[in-house]
Amino acid sequence: MNLFRRQFLRLTSVVGALGVTGLSALELVLQAPSALAAVWNKPGFESKGVEEVMKSLGATNAQPSAEIHINAPDIAENGAVVPIEVTSRINNTQSIALIAEKNPFPLAAQVELLNGAEPYFYVRIKMGQTSRIQVLVKADGKFYTAHKEIKITIGGCG
Amino acid sequence: MAEPMKIRATLKNNMAEIRVLVAHPMETGQRKDATGAIVPTHFIHSMTVHLNETLVYDGQWSQAISRNPVFALRIKGAKIGDKVVVHWMDNKNDKRNDEITIQA
Repeated sequence: MNLFRRQFLRLTSVVGALGVTGLSALELVLQAPSALAAVWNKPGFESKGVEEVMKSLGATNAQPSAEIHINAPDIAENGAVVPIEVTSRINNTQSIALIAEKNPFPLAAQVELLNGAEPYFYVRIKMGQTSRIQVLVKADGKFYTAHKEIKITIGGCG
Repeated sequence: MAEPMKIRATLKNNMAEIRVLVAHPMETGQRKDATGAIVPTHFIHSMTVHLNETLVYDGQWSQAISRNPVFALRIKGAKIGDKVVVHWMDNKNDKRNDEITIQA
């Protein structure tokens, strides 16, 4: 059968399927938003060293910045639940990455904030031992960094 | 399907603070169970938040995020009636979608 007819049939069957499932196209998209989400940075998350992580993020030339505010405890009793809050005052912040330098896999999270989201995030992480937390902010394509040391009493990885 | 998430949204001066409590083991792959065997990794690798249909938070997470994760974000310009849709997917292809409507 010719290509046009085949495409037409496929289109009508998709539209038909939408009708049958009772979902609008929008709801179908929302059912699989992970399809729109960024691809998981495997090299970064599987890196065992901070330098490798920075390379995978393209952040090797990150500039230290006083405009990144890290709110986290100086001493965390329980390394399994360390609250980290980051606020970036850098214009056009696009994403924030969190690195726990002495963790077996230092890259803890990489979050893109868009379309009205404030350059802010809060998350609780596991830390294996006392270590520096490094925050990388990407703004206008450039990387900026800040860090804070957190002492851990009881490690939280194993 | 996984346990539901608890999503809380508070609106102050046009800015919504969204706080989410997720039920998930977030296994690092380093823990040993009672028999001494390693419990394999099981963690959320993708966490997204949409305000209505717009993607606002696109998170790539690792096994270093705590068990039963709590996370938060802030969205400017959110209003009463807006829908906050949170979606995660883990490394065993399990996933979960929860949403709330901003009330106040």
